[in-house]
Amino acid sequence: MAWDRNQMAARAALELQDGTYVNLGIGIPTLVPNFIPEGVHVTLQSENGMLGMGPFPIAGTEDPDLINAGKQTITELPDTSYFDSATSFGMIRGGKIAMAILGAMEVAENGDLANWMIPGKLVKGMGGAMDLVAGVGRVVVVMDHTNKHGESKVLKSCTLPLTGTGVVNRIISNLGVLDVVEGGLKIVELAEGVTDAELRAATEATIVN
Amino acid sequence: MNKVYGSAAEALDGLLRDDMLIAAGGFGLCGIPELLLAAIRDSGVKDLTFASNNAGVDDFGIGILLQTRQVRKMMSSYVGENAEFMRQYLSGELELEFNPQGTLAERMRAGGCGIPGFYTKTGVGTQVAEGKEHKDFNGETYILERGIFADLSIVKAWKADTTGNAIFRKTARNFNPPAAMCGKVCVMEVEEIVQPGELDPDKIHLPGIYVHRLVQGTHEKRIEQRTVRAA
Repeated sequence: MAWDRNQMAARAALELQDGTYVNLGIGIPTLVPNFIPEGVHVTLQSENGMLGMGPFPIAGTEDPDLINAGKQTITELPDTSYFDSATSFGMIRGGKIAMAILGAMEVAENGDLANWMIPGKLVKGMGGAMDLVAGVGRVVVVMDHTNKHGESKVLKSCTLPLTGTGVVNRIISNLGVLDVVEGGLKIVELAEGVTDAELRAATEATIVN
Repeated sequence: MNKVYGSAAEALDGLLRDDMLIAAGGFGLCGIPELLLAAIRDSGVKDLTFASNNAGVDDFGIGILLQTRQVRKMMSSYVGENAEFMRQYLSGELELEFNPQGTLAERMRAGGCGIPGFYTKTGVGTQVAEGKEHKDFNGETYILERGIFADLSIVKAWKADTTGNAIFRKTARNFNPPAAMCGKVCVMEVEEIVQPGELDPDKIHLPGIYVHRLVQGTHEKRIEQRTVRAA
């Protein structure tokens, strides 16, 4: 047993601190708003130029001038503000965004992150991922622990082109939660039904505890 | 001084030449200067370099200039959703310079502000940093990125007065202000042109000093990922 996508998103939602500004990446992170704990208010940033991102619109009310960073139609909230891309990345680069929750292809034990390019395959680009990991206060990665061939995505060192070096603080995978610490990764939590031995067996990176 | 032109083609008259660098506003298909892009296609100008976050889709946005092989190089952060782009890139017909999205926006803003270079942490230790000057400030490493000084800017706003004072709508603002700022000449298309005094001066997003030519038109405003929830 292990966490499914929704359970990973629910666990990631526990990372959210009341009163902070947060950026959510594409994929599992987009499920996180469904699980924000009661009493916690966070403002979601969409890096194409919006703070206070609301839910998807009801059919028939879509607005082509109102999209998120994944180009999906969204809605605004009473506290929404809009701004241009230079201002948007100014607040990212300037450290005003407390946390980013992102997907990943590989994470290394020193916090290196690879999530934008697989050489030899179609290359789409890094979008805002490099700016986010370099600028935000805390980077939480949400991803499957292994790839479809069963190989670990939590590595001693990344094999794919990097998005950033030493940028990841915490990994939430289908098998559990690990923190990047001095000397490697520290197991913080096991997913429901996952044993310590199973998590270690699925992890290539050095585990320090 | 008249900034208002009758059509996108007239607004671009005398400004286009082969091999030029054009900065374009828009994010995905949101807030793109769709009328000006169509007029650039119709002009036949070629070997263009575009500084633009995205490259449109196959039949809309900058994609229409890829179909006609008028683009030589793209400076972008994300170019998915465009099969013709990938074909031309993989066959070597099209040059691509990936820029992190915030670095691209700041390069435009910096160029518009007369700043030839700036240091950023974004991309340090990645492919993006290769060949760039590295410098330490307060114990952290940064790389030098250069301002973009474009020959021409093409942008889209919601409303402008006849002097070019412009207002954008929701997330369609995106790259339009920094793209407008970094060009020697900026041509703006809008949904509505109004008389001076009709826009609240306190609510202008881009002052008319950055806008040299204006054209009003009807926009398709295509949605790339229509996503809805249950009522």
